[in-house]
Amino acid sequence: MTATHTPPHIRMSNEIAVQFRNRDPAWAAEQIAAHIHSFWDPRMRARLLADVTADDDRLDPLIVAAAALLPPARANG
Amino acid sequence: MTLIKEQDYGTPARSGEATVSVEIDGKTVLVPEGTSVMRAAAECGIDIPKLCATDNLEPFGSCRLCLVDIDGRKGSPASCTTPVADGMKVRTQTPELAELRRGVMELYISDHPLDCLTCPANGGCELQDMAGVVGLREVRYGFDGENHLDLPTDSTNPYFDFDASKCIACSRCVRACGEVQGTFALTIEGRGFDSKVAAGAGGTFMESECVSCGACVQACPTSTLQERSVVQLGMPTRSVITTCAYCGVGCSFKAELRGDEVVRMVPYKDGKANEGHSCVKGRFAFGYASHPDRQLKPMVRERITDPWREVEWEEAIGYVGSRMLDIQARHGAGAIGGISSSRCTNEEVYVVQKMVRAAFGNNNVDTCARVCHSPTGYGLKQTYGTSAGTQDFKSVDKADVILIIGANPTDAHPVFGSRIKRRLRQGAKLIVADPRKIDLVRSPHIQAEHHLPVRPGTNVALINAMSHVVVTEGLVDREFVEERCEDFAEWERFISAPEHSPEAVESITGIPAAELRAATRLYASARNATIMYGLGVTEHSQGSTMVMGMANLAMATGNIGREGVGVNPLRGQNNVQGSCDMGSFPHELPGYRHVSDEVVRGTFETLWGRVLDPEPGLRIPNMFDAAIDGTFRGLFVQGEDIVQSDPNTQHVTAALSSMELVVVQDLFLNETSKYAHVFLPGTSFLEKNGTFTNAERRINRVRPVMAPRTGKHEWEIVCEIAQAMGYPMKYDDSAQIMDEIAFTTPTFSGVSFAKLDQVGSVQWPCNDAAPEGTPIMHIDGFVRGRGRFVQTDYVPTQERSTRKFPLILTTGRILSQYNVGAQTRRTGNSAWHPEDMLEMHPHDAEVRGIRDGDTVALASRVGETTLRVKIAERMPVGVVYTTFHHPVTGANVVTTENSDWATNCPEYKVTAVQVSLKHPTPAAAVVR
Repeated sequence: MTATHTPPHIRMSNEIAVQFRNRDPAWAAEQIAAHIHSFWDPRMRARLLADVTADDDRLDPLIVAAAALLPPARANG
Repeated sequence: MTLIKEQDYGTPARSGEATVSVEIDGKTVLVPEGTSVMRAAAECGIDIPKLCATDNLEPFGSCRLCLVDIDGRKGSPASCTTPVADGMKVRTQTPELAELRRGVMELYISDHPLDCLTCPANGGCELQDMAGVVGLREVRYGFDGENHLDLPTDSTNPYFDFDASKCIACSRCVRACGEVQGTFALTIEGRGFDSKVAAGAGGTFMESECVSCGACVQACPTSTLQERSVVQLGMPTRSVITTCAYCGVGCSFKAELRGDEVVRMVPYKDGKANEGHSCVKGRFAFGYASHPDRQLKPMVRERITDPWREVEWEEAIGYVGSRMLDIQARHGAGAIGGISSSRCTNEEVYVVQKMVRAAFGNNNVDTCARVCHSPTGYGLKQTYGTSAGTQDFKSVDKADVILIIGANPTDAHPVFGSRIKRRLRQGAKLIVADPRKIDLVRSPHIQAEHHLPVRPGTNVALINAMSHVVVTEGLVDREFVEERCEDFAEWERFISAPEHSPEAVESITGIPAAELRAATRLYASARNATIMYGLGVTEHSQGSTMVMGMANLAMATGNIGREGVGVNPLRGQNNVQGSCDMGSFPHELPGYRHVSDEVVRGTFETLWGRVLDPEPGLRIPNMFDAAIDGTFRGLFVQGEDIVQSDPNTQHVTAALSSMELVVVQDLFLNETSKYAHVFLPGTSFLEKNGTFTNAERRINRVRPVMAPRTGKHEWEIVCEIAQAMGYPMKYDDSAQIMDEIAFTTPTFSGVSFAKLDQVGSVQWPCNDAAPEGTPIMHIDGFVRGRGRFVQTDYVPTQERSTRKFPLILTTGRILSQYNVGAQTRRTGNSAWHPEDMLEMHPHDAEVRGIRDGDTVALASRVGETTLRVKIAERMPVGVVYTTFHHPVTGANVVTTENSDWATNCPEYKVTAVQVSLKHPTPAAAVVR
């Protein structure tokens, strides 16, 4: 599957994760969670959290860790 | 208002603390050392006759009209080339001087056509004026001797004529082309009576290197170089000072008019951004405002397949309001949003974000800065604490080393490019980091010390290697770092690692390690070194990381907080800075304050009378994704052609096609309006009343020269849409909007139209702490307190060249065209760039059997387009380049969904492509 067919929120979150791959994982998860919370619309966060809950294996482990730090998001902006 | 004519002091001002006292015609004046007698006289109100002198050019001393007598000096020296000396006594008016000047003028007039009454410069001709000033009453040599009255007129330039018969060979045009513009396209051929101005090697202006900046036309004291609009319409009778609506330099212009008709745009000498200079766009390409393609009536249609129906404003606005409310009723408050324009004024942008936040009830507002400089906002805020460049343009005059990364100022920011070239001619050193050999790498009188041809997508590896050299070779400014910064020790450990060394990254960046080390030493060892950057930095998957990397480098070397240094984004459009300042981003209220900040939100909630959403909204690419998902169904687009300008056109059009309501507010029907249900006609900059904020944070007035041709200001339309949705939003005029901006936004609290009208312009922050504005930021401390070093890992882009797509495409701009070309394509500028061309290295072309001018297919994994090839030695092997000015090319059909990890700014600069021959040019076909 090409990047084009990866759902945007998964593609974008993995692109964030890779920026932090050389950092301490706990610190990286905090930073990623803060970034997503600051810049992502709630519906995008809701989709991400739903995919994490569904164990989508396309998600970077750092994103899964970061998602655990995100507050619940409303689904439709 | 009458015609504004700035005083011409004859020679440039000199700076310096040492002053000398001189007496001129009995008046004593104190001037800086090095000032000419001519300028000193002008400063005490004495105008000495002159023809070859003007105060934006160094003195030349050729016309001999400005002769004066000086006590103790032999003869009558030229006042323009004679510097004052302490105690000097000068006389500018004596019977002998008058006789000399009349004699000189006789010679000029004996070789000049006597057609003053029918000459287009009649009333605006310095030769005519000087003949009157010196009291010329006869010409003893006749009027038809050894002259050049029969020389032909060169009308090849779309905007001005060169009538050689009227030339007095004063060299002002030649000097303006060199000293002001820095192009050196003009010269004087021949000697004595045979002297004549020539463009290039004796060809026409269009065949020469002339960039049509207009400096020569402005400098010409006769009608030799004359705007064709003046020939056709006559001399203007009144001026309005306003601001150019093209690039982020934000030049000040005098719009010179007859009645309401613009005759010409003349750069304003007192404009702080441009100081009297201009480029081909601002100077000449304003005709689009009156182009017949302008749509002046609102239009509505139910479906995008229906024909447009012209309607009255009331119906159009009512339709937008009711449809937006209906969408929200069925799909939720977050199902609609808006996009503001960097081509609109601060006031127009402010009301759009207010409409979205207060009337739509969400934060789904974004701006076209998303696709250009959003990483600048992110990166500089993370490191320095504010989302803007650090310097004013003038600061570059104090730079000893200029590092240009991913920018091509002579094309995209031409007036600032000329300023850079002037500083380089004065001796500053230049480093260019760019895949292409841009003009600044080597052009007349300019030679970069180092050209670092960085591979597209590897900027962060480059900047890390530079910082690695700084740290490991003892080039850190320890005192600055210790006093002013934080997180340095961790960053130093990170950047010292061997994987960041120039040798380690040479295979990634393509830059020889020794060259990179030498360039870094030059930058780091300079007394003042400055970084200028453009979209070649931001439009990458690591655009934000690269901005932070540059901020690190400047801090590590102490190049922040004074003249001549800094980190400076060259903003693409005229009001990119302003549109960001005004709260156009979905996570930030005006003044870059996050929507989650309760105190800030409270300020706006109290004033606006609505509870505001504390959650960030959708960014432009997110809007497209949400549209396809069905959760985003209504969009208001102000002055941006997203179908042509945004990446992955098929994705954009699929998103727009799936929406229930797309509203476009623009000057012309464009690519986006093909997917629109409502078209609301916008106003050109000649009709707007407001402010633009340029790349140096300078807030300049935009003044109308005529009433809106559409019958409504754009901010009025937005307010009326808000009202139609039940939210009361009303202003008496745009000054009131600025007053609200000042009330709500601390960095703007000292700004008002009255203040700007009084002082000309100010640079934000402009408030009680800095009532006259802030030309240079972070002088005593960073906005965030301490400057923060951020570790910037290099992460390769996912976009890689492959066997199927072996080349890398980068896209950008060219001098004569602007953005999607909506404006410039409707002017004479298309004479220079009638179509987008694909620039390609000779080797890449040869192996594909492609010749100059051939038509090729340009394909990426997401799409394919067709355009013609220009073989260009300035391209590196493996990289091709094109512009996106023409919709017929649709360069963004091939660009992809890749974007900056932090901001979603598209990765326009890296697309893997293949190029294949489609049709040979007729000429090439013959020789095959």
